[in-house]
Amino acid sequence: MGAYLLRRLGYMLVTLLVIATATFFLMKMLPGTPFNNDRLNDQQLANMNAKYGLDQPVAIQYLKYMSNLVQGDLGDSYKYVGRSVTEVISERIGPSALIGFQALIVGTLVGLALGVTSALRHNSLLDYTSVTLAVLGMSIPSFIFAALLQYYVGLKWGLLPPALWKGYEYTILPTLALSVTVIATVARFIRTEMLDVINQDYVMTAQAKGLNQRKVIIRHVLRNALIPVVTMLGPLAVNIMTGTLVIEKIFSVPGLGEQFSLSVIVNDYSVIMGITLFYSFLFIFMVFIVDILYGLLDPRINLRGGSQKG
Amino acid sequence: MSMELERTKNNSQLPQSAAPLFPADSIPEDLFVPEPVDASLQEQTSGPMKSVWQDAWQRLVKNKGAVLSLFMILLITFLALAGPAMSGRTYDEQNLLFSNLPPKVPGLEWLGFDGIDSKGINQYEVRGVTENFWFGTDEFGRDLWTRVWKGTQISLLIASLAALLDLIIGVAYGGISAFYGGRTDTVMQRIIEVLMGIPNLIVIILFILILEPGIFSIVLAMIVTGWVSMARVVRGQILQIKAQEFVMASRALGASNSRLIVKHMLPNAIGPILVTIMFTIPSAIFFEAFLSFIGLGLQPPLASLGMLIQDGYVAMRYFTYKLVFPGIIISVLMISFNLLADGLRDALDPRMKK
Repeated sequence: MGAYLLRRLGYMLVTLLVIATATFFLMKMLPGTPFNNDRLNDQQLANMNAKYGLDQPVAIQYLKYMSNLVQGDLGDSYKYVGRSVTEVISERIGPSALIGFQALIVGTLVGLALGVTSALRHNSLLDYTSVTLAVLGMSIPSFIFAALLQYYVGLKWGLLPPALWKGYEYTILPTLALSVTVIATVARFIRTEMLDVINQDYVMTAQAKGLNQRKVIIRHVLRNALIPVVTMLGPLAVNIMTGTLVIEKIFSVPGLGEQFSLSVIVNDYSVIMGITLFYSFLFIFMVFIVDILYGLLDPRINLRGGSQKG
Repeated sequence: MSMELERTKNNSQLPQSAAPLFPADSIPEDLFVPEPVDASLQEQTSGPMKSVWQDAWQRLVKNKGAVLSLFMILLITFLALAGPAMSGRTYDEQNLLFSNLPPKVPGLEWLGFDGIDSKGINQYEVRGVTENFWFGTDEFGRDLWTRVWKGTQISLLIASLAALLDLIIGVAYGGISAFYGGRTDTVMQRIIEVLMGIPNLIVIILFILILEPGIFSIVLAMIVTGWVSMARVVRGQILQIKAQEFVMASRALGASNSRLIVKHMLPNAIGPILVTIMFTIPSAIFFEAFLSFIGLGLQPPLASLGMLIQDGYVAMRYFTYKLVFPGIIISVLMISFNLLADGLRDALDPRMKK
């Protein structure tokens, strides 16, 4: 286990290094400059470049960026004068994290309920309905749902605020829009897993020895069906991150995703890089945690044999 | 078992089994009539031969969702190719006299194609427009029917190109990695493990930022990491096939590596490859729409489903039809591709039925 952890940590670091390096050089290749204001004269531009260290050779900029990165310093924003990227991110992370977590929790719970009922009433009308809903939820892009929610619930019926961020009720629509894909994915996954487990011999044994159906379902079926759901957490987290980029834009949520689309428009490279690295780190960390959790939850999985899993 | 063989066997058994009742010598030779031999029947088998594909096709046809999906995909593809030519207008033809006209189709007024806008005014009558715009027009008076199908065409083009390139790179990489095995495989898998750790969304956005916006840069950005899943599928398949006896037999008969790969391994791995492609296409359609939506997509006046949705979203409140048509088409396309891919997976590998 210890060796496996170390190996995985090593991979994580290499991946992060690759991402940071690639992001850095891609940003250097970007056309245009962050200081594209026509009123700036050459001297002012040179001063600006010097201030941000952009006048130095790329190799030195790279080394400096990396050494700052190790210390958790992502540089200064080109657009928000005097503010560091870390500041920008930490200010923006709150709303994103809130709707992200809410969507994850709501989505998992609703998805779980749908998936379990659908597996227990296999091939019933209820099952077909929930399978259909799951296919719809997985296929239809989340921004279409978001637009529909905003139009009907927010504008036409006026039940909830259609946009902005001024109180708890403002989080509901973005959360719902984000959780649709999560619900669908979890429901579908749980259904398949449960159907799989229900047909196992040990479930038949449990039924044969006279355990009541509820206990069989909770203790034997659900518990075993839930283990692989942990593996869904990684992809789901990515899904939510992708979702926040558009959904925050639609609902004007002052989160990281909205900041990202803003920075893209104004060429604020340092912020783009910072958010990219931040997202990548989150993603890699999630995958790492999920792998460890999976190993702990399911003793049948041998973590030391990790190299076989590719 | 051939029918002919069976009959001759019965004939030969008849005298023996009948022996106690009718002693053989009580039946004269001339009572025996030889069964006519039809040479064409000799090789006949009990049922018609079915190839893997016919078998899979028959299973697929039984899956109503998959058949409907296939039909919808074909229909949308047809309209995407033929639609822009049907209205007689080009996708970038502007005419401000016709701006923001609601959809109108003569004969389909009861379905909402009546040319009446969100305020209940018949814009066609008020403005004296005699032409009909089936999906309405945008703020520049461009015909949305043409633009929507042109956009579908471009989205499908992007998705197919991305899937095709994923296929080529993924098959080559996965194939080489699994076929040569050993150190090659180890090194190639380490590279994949690092690539897998990079969220593809991030890579796509970064590449879009540095490349000139356009169809090809979107495709390029999507395949940078997109091929990895294909490579893994192919590698898994080839590793499995490599260990089977027919490959050993073929090798023993002196088949070259390239012959082994082309003639034996790829045909046997084609099922999972096809399924992976079918899942790649909807995700490529989604990413294109996603990129357009956050402002990293194609440049106007070119249209894609994502751009039309973005335009439609902005005008959603008063001109809902601008969002409805591209929204429905992208949703139907994604649902159909996902269902068809599911159906194909079940049809090609009945053991893996979900």
